[in-house]
Amino acid sequence: MSNPTPLLSVRNLKTYFDLDEGQVKAVDGVSFDVQPGQVVGIVGESGCGKSVTIKSVLRIIQPPGRLVEGEILFNPDNGGGQGPIDLAKFDPNSKQMRAIRGKDIALIPQEPMAAFSPVHTIGNQIMEAILLHQPVTKKEARQITIERLREVGVPSPQDRIDAYSWELSGGLRQRAMIAMALACNPKLLIADEPTTAIDVTTQAQILNLLRNLQQQHNTAIIFITHDLGVIAQIADYVVVMYLGRVMETGPVDDIFHAPQHPYTRALLESIPTIQSAPREPLPTIAGSIPHPFNRPPGCPFFPRCPDFIPDTCNAQTPTLQPINQRQSASCFLYHDEAEEN
Amino acid sequence: MLQYIIKRLLLLPFLLFIFSVIAFALIQAPPGDFVTSYIAELAAGGSAVEQAQIDALREQYGLDQPMTVQYVKWITRILQGDLGVSLDWKKPNAELIGERLALTLLLGLFTFIFTWAVAIPIGIYSATHQYSALDYFFTIFNYFGIATPTFMTALVVMWLAFKYFGVSVTGLFSPEYIDAPWSWAKFMDLLSHIWFPMVILGLDGTARLARVMRANLLDELKKPYMEMARAKGMSEWRLVMKYPVRLALNPLISTIGWYLPLLFSGSVIVATVLNLPTIGPLLLRALITQDMFLAGIIILIYCGLAIIGTLISDILLAWIDPRIRMEES
Repeated sequence: MSNPTPLLSVRNLKTYFDLDEGQVKAVDGVSFDVQPGQVVGIVGESGCGKSVTIKSVLRIIQPPGRLVEGEILFNPDNGGGQGPIDLAKFDPNSKQMRAIRGKDIALIPQEPMAAFSPVHTIGNQIMEAILLHQPVTKKEARQITIERLREVGVPSPQDRIDAYSWELSGGLRQRAMIAMALACNPKLLIADEPTTAIDVTTQAQILNLLRNLQQQHNTAIIFITHDLGVIAQIADYVVVMYLGRVMETGPVDDIFHAPQHPYTRALLESIPTIQSAPREPLPTIAGSIPHPFNRPPGCPFFPRCPDFIPDTCNAQTPTLQPINQRQSASCFLYHDEAEEN
Repeated sequence: MLQYIIKRLLLLPFLLFIFSVIAFALIQAPPGDFVTSYIAELAAGGSAVEQAQIDALREQYGLDQPMTVQYVKWITRILQGDLGVSLDWKKPNAELIGERLALTLLLGLFTFIFTWAVAIPIGIYSATHQYSALDYFFTIFNYFGIATPTFMTALVVMWLAFKYFGVSVTGLFSPEYIDAPWSWAKFMDLLSHIWFPMVILGLDGTARLARVMRANLLDELKKPYMEMARAKGMSEWRLVMKYPVRLALNPLISTIGWYLPLLFSGSVIVATVLNLPTIGPLLLRALITQDMFLAGIIILIYCGLAIIGTLISDILLAWIDPRIRMEES
């Protein structure tokens, strides 16, 4: 497999929140790559830092949160031209950052109901995204908006463009959101649990839509979810996160069929299957997620880990190690130096 | 939208009728009547009044008739455009109220504009710069504004102005213009005086409005649409003005309705302290002397203003908030 220049390369990203009660290391050294046209799924439990990761990439983290260190190398020209830009170096509200946000990297939010302003029409808000980044007139922007709405399957878009978000069904609302995200033909689409707030049938339609659009436009997607089923449907490559750290990365088939990290295994085991015996309790991961102020030392997963190695996992922090040609895991089971010690 | 306004307008006469009954009942409520207080005044001056004279007075003013009859007579005259005569001033009520009402409305309008023009930017700044030094300053200032009675502020500022600058800041006109007929010069004189009562009267409202705006906006600033607008690449200033400020203003629009009458009734003491030729002190005096027809008319005007104010805010709200507009149609 050739290794082209990644579209996005996140290196050792750290985003902390300084609260009165103490510091929360929401994202603590996350690294992953997104290739052009690839769908990368970031999966993890609530509070594992997936949303903060992508908000950091977009540079829309609000105080008390701040990007502490790391690189966010973005390469919109695909290797040609000026080479990668480090988004982490920009001021979050600078012109350069705002020129990229919404144009080259667009967001599909979790709750389309709340992400649309209730007192502005959806057309107004989609046109705004176009007018911010493209040298077009209002009339042209309106035409583009109608086209985009048609593309995402909104019926009679010439009327719906003047609708308010609360006049649309949940599915249509999310379609309108996708139309807004696609308004400027972004290179990278970030979808933050886009199907959480809608029912399963609509969810499947939205996922199909995203898949089709991704193939037509060759847009790369970072897809965030806690739903492994959704990941299996849409992702090419998977990043498993736990407590602000990457536990395992790999192609979707390897992650599902040959999970390496104990956490990934535990996650997969807790999915109910059609073969499971009736009235049997579902397997769960022992213990619960530690409170963010009480992060365990060493590997964040060790208190719940079935493969806990005493004096190692609770003393040192493992780093992401390649296990085979495709997968990497952050676990002392695969740490050569750790075993040598 | 039009249907909505018409519906509200059709309700108007009905509401006015109810209010007129209440207004009349209210002015009748205190024990005694104008004649009682008139006699008391005379007695305090040392002169006695005979019972026959008292009865004659009562008959003259129709005070010996049952309340319902008095109400019907009163309201019929008002509907015919006759606002009656003040028992106390011995002058037509229309003449007493006319200019004062215009001045009150003008002062109210000025105060309203001042309040909003100052409070909204303060609220926006405080919310977008929460816990900054200036935010704390405004917060302290606002609490002072809310906690200090307005008449107290008026007294203190009057005293300071007189002591240190030798200026008297009472009234709305310079002495030479008080009884002068209206002219351009008198109007300019009014403008040069009106700012002081405007600021004093507006302080309390400004402080409250700024607090409410700050709180509303802080709520809105946490909404997911903010994140979405940022993700679109909008500049912070533009997105704050377009989305959260707009939404934070919505609930404030509905307060315009009760603001209108509040400004009149709330300013009675301040207007008395500042010796303003507005309607407040007139009502106060009419109530003390039980000048019931004058008081009744003024209360009825208040009610009318309350209804008009509510109508205005209903229309404004429907105009700026599509959710309300759709609900109604």
